[in-house]
Amino acid sequence: MTNLGFDVLFKGSNFIRLLLGVWVAVRISLISIVLSIILGMILGILMSLKNPVINAVSKVYLEIVRIMPQMVLLFVVYFGATKALGLNLSAETSAVIVFTFWGTAEMADLVRSSLISIPSIQYESSFSLGLSKVQTYIYVIVPQTMRRLIPLSINLITRMIKTTSLVMMIGIVEVLKVGQQIIEANRKASPNAAFGVYATVFILYFMVCWPISSLSKYLEKRWEN
Amino acid sequence: MSEVLKIDSLVKRYDDLSVLEKIDLTVKKGEVIVIVGPSGCGKSTLLRCINGLESIQDGKVVVDDEVVNPVQKKASKSREKIGMVFQSYDLFPHKNLLQNITLAPIKVQKRKKEEVKEEAIELLKRVGLENRTDSYPRQLSGGQKQRAAIVRALIMHPEILLLDEITAALDPEMVREVLDVVLNLAKEGHTMVIVTHEMAFAKAVADRVIFMDGGKIVEEGSPEEFFENPRTERLKRFLETFTY
Ligand SMILES: Nc1ncnc2c1ncn2[C@@H]1O[C@H](COP(=O)(O)OP(=O)(O)OP(=O)(O)O)[C@@H](O)[C@H]1O
Ligand SMILES: [Mg+2]
Repeated sequence: MTNLGFDVLFKGSNFIRLLLGVWVAVRISLISIVLSIILGMILGILMSLKNPVINAVSKVYLEIVRIMPQMVLLFVVYFGATKALGLNLSAETSAVIVFTFWGTAEMADLVRSSLISIPSIQYESSFSLGLSKVQTYIYVIVPQTMRRLIPLSINLITRMIKTTSLVMMIGIVEVLKVGQQIIEANRKASPNAAFGVYATVFILYFMVCWPISSLSKYLEKRWEN
Repeated sequence: MSEVLKIDSLVKRYDDLSVLEKIDLTVKKGEVIVIVGPSGCGKSTLLRCINGLESIQDGKVVVDDEVVNPVQKKASKSREKIGMVFQSYDLFPHKNLLQNITLAPIKVQKRKKEEVKEEAIELLKRVGLENRTDSYPRQLSGGQKQRAAIVRALIMHPEILLLDEITAALDPEMVREVLDVVLNLAKEGHTMVIVTHEMAFAKAVADRVIFMDGGKIVEEGSPEEFFENPRTERLKRFLETFTY
């Protein structure tokens, strides 16, 4: 039987190490995602108010995020801030800062576009039924905004989780890095380890992201109305 | 008869564009007013000024002895008294029919859920939609949506109902079912201000017809004199555009 290299996973604590690597990736994304959602909501609402100053500033911010590769941002924050500004940021903190910087921008744009996509007749017919401004937001506008926003932001969340694989570039030992280490260590004993290890990493990513994107599909179906 | 609506030299401008110039209009309880006029003459704007959706530059609008425009602090309270149905479908897409109709009575008037639900079904029966309570707006035809929108306004027991070209976006075969509902409301004594391009319907439903042009009321009268003996040249020309 050909050796597909899965055997290395059962050597020592290799599999546990991979799982811990997943946890590092998930932890960084989870913190960044929660921060991005909170900050993105606030910024998105501010952007929907069409204030010229806020619009100008957020436009520059969104543009920076759009054109800068995440890896460059990681290097700028980790090496730049730590060395140049003398801040002592850990690699993980730097990663959270960069992912939040990126996620907030994208989230804010999603919130803004979901909010302005609600036709003004929805506000007006709610007002003419006697609902107050606050009631109009609670019962009419926010539920409709959520239905547009949630599938879009789930897509953003899975992209953020996938992109955490970049953090190994600043020395964080997440799942992909652990995988490489295992392959390195077993180069002689089991030359096919690369296949088994990367296949496992693939499956692990799948197991994290798949439930999230199925949740999104489920919600989209439920909210078709 | 008591006055439900009194508009006093209302002036509405958008920046430099004057849309309504010194409009005076009084509507008594149970009266049905139909407003006709060329596109852009200010009909929709007038209705929107009546229920406070637009700010006005001069004059005032009084509904049931309460100033509703210039808009007061407790504007949402007085809006309850004014029902409005728009041209485009304005039902809430994330709520089913029953939820669309019961939202405002429960949240605004704080009425009991059960009682509101009962009345909603009663009203839906009258417009032939009693078996569509669980349907969402996108599952309904245009005519059904507009009938539901009328019910949603009615259940608030408004003092006055404003209808802005509610059949203009409908396929011709659905116009009738909606206008029949309005005709019935008129017979029951509801006070209404109706903007429409359906002249035959105007003739049938109106107690008084008003012709607007260029932001002013140019002529008004009973349906008979209005359609048979228009006094002004402008109204004559306007009515001619409806005969082929
Ligand atoms: N938000 C706005 N800003 C600037 N001008 C407006 C605005 N809303 C309406 N107008 C202008 O006010 C005038 C009256 O518009 P209104 O919608 O009341 O006309 P209408 O009589 O209802 O026409 P239609 O029969 O086409 O519905 C038009 O000239 C229109 O361009
Ligand atoms: Mg109009």
